[in-house]
Amino acid sequence: MDRRTVLKGLAGAGGLALTGLSAPAIAQGASARTLRFVPQANLANFDPIWGTQYVVRNAAALVWDTLYGIDAQLQPQRQMVESEETSDDGKAWTFRLRPGLKFHDGEPVLAKDVVASLSRWAARDPMGLMIIAIQQELTAVDDRTFKWVLKQPFPKMLYALAKNNAPCSFIMPERIAKTDPFKQITEYVGSGPMKFAKGEWVPGAKAVFEKFADYVPRQEKASWLAGGKQMMVDRVEWIVMPDPATAAAALQNGEVDWWENPIADLVPVLKKNKNISVDIGDPLGNIGSFRMNHLFAPFNDVRARRAVLMAMSQEDYMRAIVGDDTALWKPLPGFFTPDTPLYSELGGEILKGKRDLDAAKKLLAESGYAGQPVTCLVAQDQPITKAQGDVTADLLKKLGMNVDFVATDWGTVGSRRAAKTPPGQGGWNMFHSWHAGADCITPAAYTAIRANGDKAWFGWPNSPNTEKEITGWFDAKNLEEEKAAIGRVNKAALEDVVYAPTGFFLTYTAWRKNVSGIAKGPLPFFWGVSKSA
Amino acid sequence: MLSFILRRIVATLPVMAIVALFVFSLLYIAPGDPAVVIAGDQASPEDVERIRQSLGLDRPFLIQFGGWVWRILHGDLGTSIFTNLPVSAMIGQRLGPTLSLMIVTLLLTIAVAVPLGVVAAWKAGSLIDRVIMGFAVFGFSLPVFVVGYMLAYIFALELEWLPVQGYTPLSSGFWPWLENLILPAIALGCVYIALVARITRAAMLEVLQQDYIRTAKAKGLGQGGILFIHALKNAAVPIVTVIGIGIALLIGGAVVTESVFAIPGLGRLTIDAILRRDYPVIQGIVLLFSFVYVLVNLMIDVIYTLVDPRIRY
Repeated sequence: MDRRTVLKGLAGAGGLALTGLSAPAIAQGASARTLRFVPQANLANFDPIWGTQYVVRNAAALVWDTLYGIDAQLQPQRQMVESEETSDDGKAWTFRLRPGLKFHDGEPVLAKDVVASLSRWAARDPMGLMIIAIQQELTAVDDRTFKWVLKQPFPKMLYALAKNNAPCSFIMPERIAKTDPFKQITEYVGSGPMKFAKGEWVPGAKAVFEKFADYVPRQEKASWLAGGKQMMVDRVEWIVMPDPATAAAALQNGEVDWWENPIADLVPVLKKNKNISVDIGDPLGNIGSFRMNHLFAPFNDVRARRAVLMAMSQEDYMRAIVGDDTALWKPLPGFFTPDTPLYSELGGEILKGKRDLDAAKKLLAESGYAGQPVTCLVAQDQPITKAQGDVTADLLKKLGMNVDFVATDWGTVGSRRAAKTPPGQGGWNMFHSWHAGADCITPAAYTAIRANGDKAWFGWPNSPNTEKEITGWFDAKNLEEEKAAIGRVNKAALEDVVYAPTGFFLTYTAWRKNVSGIAKGPLPFFWGVSKSA
Repeated sequence: MLSFILRRIVATLPVMAIVALFVFSLLYIAPGDPAVVIAGDQASPEDVERIRQSLGLDRPFLIQFGGWVWRILHGDLGTSIFTNLPVSAMIGQRLGPTLSLMIVTLLLTIAVAVPLGVVAAWKAGSLIDRVIMGFAVFGFSLPVFVVGYMLAYIFALELEWLPVQGYTPLSSGFWPWLENLILPAIALGCVYIALVARITRAAMLEVLQQDYIRTAKAKGLGQGGILFIHALKNAAVPIVTVIGIGIALLIGGAVVTESVFAIPGLGRLTIDAILRRDYPVIQGIVLLFSFVYVLVNLMIDVIYTLVDPRIRY
């Protein structure tokens, strides 16, 4: 018996006598049936179509199921769907649902629910919008069959329905899915392996998921969002901890079981603890981004943008973000996620080798830069953007630029980066961000690589060559064609410097050793995870 | 007295109205946009604009303010932009942890700081006085988060006596409730204990110079009776005042303490709401805090009449 038990006993006895309140009885083994998890961020809303933050997607994957799921080999696999057929011309898709699928309210999953859900999803998803643009009709044929007829073939249909990039095409009951996609749903009824305990939800602090007894998992082995989603615990508690030091201490103390993304500084402490396992969480990692405004000088001139690429040391950026752990980062002479089937370094020479500051200065002078202030928006409340911002300030000063360093918070950066006014009038010249590697495998969900001017992501790059090659990827019919197209996208985007990649970095995940079955992947997968007492 | 209390309560209304207008205006002109946060990093400007429209954030200032005031007058604090939950429900969820933390901290402070201040005054100039005042300087100088981390390391990680984080409601038992609050209350109370101990000492020193104390000593009264009955009661007005002012310190300190110890209270709700630009939640919390602060001042005024019968309103 330790001191804490004695204290508990003494104070408990005295306290209970004073208050007349009794402590709840905890069932034997209940602790082993509950998995306590510290997510990367606060689950502030729970509509995975309305709010596209990763944390919402991660929680939603427990509650809502998808028609297809992407597996660890990045291939779409059937999930709620039993079979699919494509017409000979590739324009009509007919899907049949698995039998026995049920929503958490006991109602069966019907084709009309799927039609309403896909309509809501497609209105908010980049690939969904592409499908809508060529859609002829989306209809329920019978209770288990629905049909999507297009005006032209869309070879990436199954990938669009399976992808793990937010928003995923989660299936909801029709009455919920009919909600305007720009308004939040108020009911959280899905057909996934866990039910959302709305009554226990304290936004910013706690979210609870309970096992759905009527869930029918597939027979295949689970692999990311595909296969049999077998829940080994009855309850998953998400405990939000804004302070990493507190999360680290709670994990060491056994108050939580799994911490999604420990910061690099605290990993050595966790590794020393014999009760804790630490490993790379998501092998697809992240890509750092130095995003320039293509509308205004100096970065409206490609020579100024290339000067940044020539002078930039990705090692400096990566060490600022993840420290000296070399297992956590690698240089990235391109825009796509390393170690994935389509990865290419074509055209990446400008980011390789010794940095040539003098040549970069010369190129910058040729662009006509004459010392005007360069407005750098730097979010100080996000460690990754702050670290990148500090390196950038130093880099631009070395290039002889007049840096207007705007230290602010992410909310302000998010708002100000949308301004197309000149930098001196509330606009900007550059900001930092980072992109999940899972989003950067192909151009499908990779908004930041698009270079279609006004319609492009913030900075509004206009590179017809890049856009032409992206279209080539969408039209590719096999892996070889896709690979060749990605190489050309990489080359064109580097030539026009759509944005400047600052490197590829990974993050760890950490869990107590009495927890097993944690799979590496772009989001935390709870199926197959078990816990011993 | 009753009419004084009623007058003061009525007087809070213009204060609250000014606070409301000030906060609303400040949020309106502050940079940042909740629609951007909701839409996510990959959203297009069109998506952001549609979300802004659906939230009514594109309407003119006066219409937004008028609508908010109208709802407040009907007892409706509005709905959170992010959670889609009523602000009153969100505040209700978070009130218990913050109130618990503040009550435990307040009790701890009074129990520790007042006796320390009295003893320091009694032993003024001695080693005991210097040690106590040294502690006061130390407590006042250390940031809450530093004390918090130190306490968590020693008492939770090393000794395993207390939990690192979290909150358990009182309905789950007294000890589970208290054990989560001990370390946060000590961390939050350090500054407060230092402040109250110093003020108590100063007030007591002044009182101990008075003739009636000398008379009490001459009558042969015991030291404890002189200090805690005669002297402390006469030194109580400034002590009560500083305890009242300290409530504001507690509110500010709770923001940091709740983050360090992962307590789901109003402090964390405030920070989250500010970072996300969840305007209705920020406005609701600020209104609540300003009301609490006005109420605490009123209570202090009433307590004055109890500790000093010469004070009448």
